[in-house]
Amino acid sequence: MQSDIKRLSLILLFAPFALWIFLLIIVPHAGMVVLSLREKVAPRVYEYGLGNYIDFINEPIYWNTLLRTGSMSILVTFLALIIGFPIAYYIAKIAGKRSRGALFLLCLIPLWVSDLIRAFGWILLLRETGVVSSFLLWTGAINQPIEFLYNDVTVIVGLVYTVILFMIVPLVSTLDGMDDAMVEAGYNLGGNGFTVLRRIIVPYAMPGIVSGCIVVFMLTAGSYLTPILLGGKNSSWFTEQIYDQFITRFNWESGAAFGFLLLAFTSLVVWLGLKLTGQTLANTVAKS
Amino acid sequence: MAKAKQNRAFITLYRLYVAAFFLFLAAPLVAAGSFAFNDSLFPALPWQGFTLDWFFSPNEPKLGMFYDRRLLSGLYYSFVIGILVSSLSVFVGTTNAFLFVRGSFPAKNFFYILMILPLVIPGVILGISILVLASNIANGVENAFNYEIDMLRPGIFLVVLGQFSFITTITSLVITARLRKFDHSMEEAALNLGASRLQVLRTVTLPFLRPAMIAAGIVGFLVSFENFNTTLFLVGSESPLTITMFDRMAKVGSTPVLNAVSFVLIIGSGLLALITVAVQRDKSSG
Repeated sequence: MQSDIKRLSLILLFAPFALWIFLLIIVPHAGMVVLSLREKVAPRVYEYGLGNYIDFINEPIYWNTLLRTGSMSILVTFLALIIGFPIAYYIAKIAGKRSRGALFLLCLIPLWVSDLIRAFGWILLLRETGVVSSFLLWTGAINQPIEFLYNDVTVIVGLVYTVILFMIVPLVSTLDGMDDAMVEAGYNLGGNGFTVLRRIIVPYAMPGIVSGCIVVFMLTAGSYLTPILLGGKNSSWFTEQIYDQFITRFNWESGAAFGFLLLAFTSLVVWLGLKLTGQTLANTVAKS
Repeated sequence: MAKAKQNRAFITLYRLYVAAFFLFLAAPLVAAGSFAFNDSLFPALPWQGFTLDWFFSPNEPKLGMFYDRRLLSGLYYSFVIGILVSSLSVFVGTTNAFLFVRGSFPAKNFFYILMILPLVIPGVILGISILVLASNIANGVENAFNYEIDMLRPGIFLVVLGQFSFITTITSLVITARLRKFDHSMEEAALNLGASRLQVLRTVTLPFLRPAMIAAGIVGFLVSFENFNTTLFLVGSESPLTITMFDRMAKVGSTPVLNAVSFVLIIGSGLLALITVAVQRDKSSG
């Protein structure tokens, strides 16, 4: 009787989970893969094969875009880590007790403001008639308005801006748990600042670093708004190609193939990152 | 001495760096928000004086946001979608928390990884995969029975499903973390005092989980409200606010009414974030 109730409640708890994962994650992704293997040969006539993937390989624009998206995302992840780590360390270890909470809140609030508004803010600052250009004109540093939008540097700055808080927040939580005595011991044993950072702080913060990097990389590679708004129509971001195939050309088969390629590519990078650092998905992303 | 001096210089530089970072963090938000009060037809310098027209003016050309039909309906749809998504995902998040903290079943670790997975799938791909599945089902039914299922065509229902598919992971993680801290003896005490299992759940366990459920609900609502990538592929004629705003932003001659919306959203999400933090803090002391 007792075990029957246990089993029944287990089934009742398992049902929503199974419905969610099965109907909204597994089946749709399997369907996407099947669709990507299908090709339209004539109206209402389809053939199965690798045609969509062969098209992808034969068209340099497509795979160049994927490589560009991937390499820029890795660069953005790296920059976010380099810029964000000192900030996280300051919040977790150097700031006084009272200012620590305030600074952390200052990080959390922009995190909850939509990407769209943050990109909009950058547009207002950087466009030809924008704040920065007007200000430089006014000071006399330049004679003509300058367009700061629609180049790769702006896209990278905008992306770093959009994702950096997802790096800082897990880093702060990890560094927060570190005992200051560990750092002091490192100095007492004769290590200089750099050695202490490399041998003590970074290894301790590793789960936070990996978790931040995974989330930041996925968000960057899958982002759509920031590259389009700050990079213009020709920003060549891979998600834009997917949108183009799906909505503009109505070529769902090839769009599904592109989607699968993006998923495979990002999963590969995440998997490599986890392997190289010896971490698992459960003890990094799930903790943050 | 020299070392102390060097150290002080280093700390000062470090402080400057942190200050510069927070300036960088605030600049676009300040720009997006403050032009809402500029008495000009364009969100740009020079400053023409203070006005509230971009909020409250009822007529063109300075149509304020509270009179702009399309923005208001976007706001309305975003609210409806956000509330549906957050209540659904808090419900499933709670059952997931009980499943993974209390349940014992084979391959639990594997299923746990499966639960985290939606968080590391790009939103665009969640959107297209659900679009493809829904359209396939709708087309199949239409061909076989000559019956059109409107629900499975792009629209609010699909947007809710798409957002729910990954927001549930977030709510599950938040509620699971709280349930792990639960002291089992509290339930046992209630059982010993003669309460039924259902009563224990209602009067002991769920109240303990409440702060996490509220926090998860707010987070879910915010994430849903500002989601763009997944929504973009699933949206029908009822556009939520982010989509409406994006369409306008892409047009060149956008007026500061968008800044007014940005201002309201920045304040709104800031307040909700504060509430989440306050609720969570309650949890650590209690």
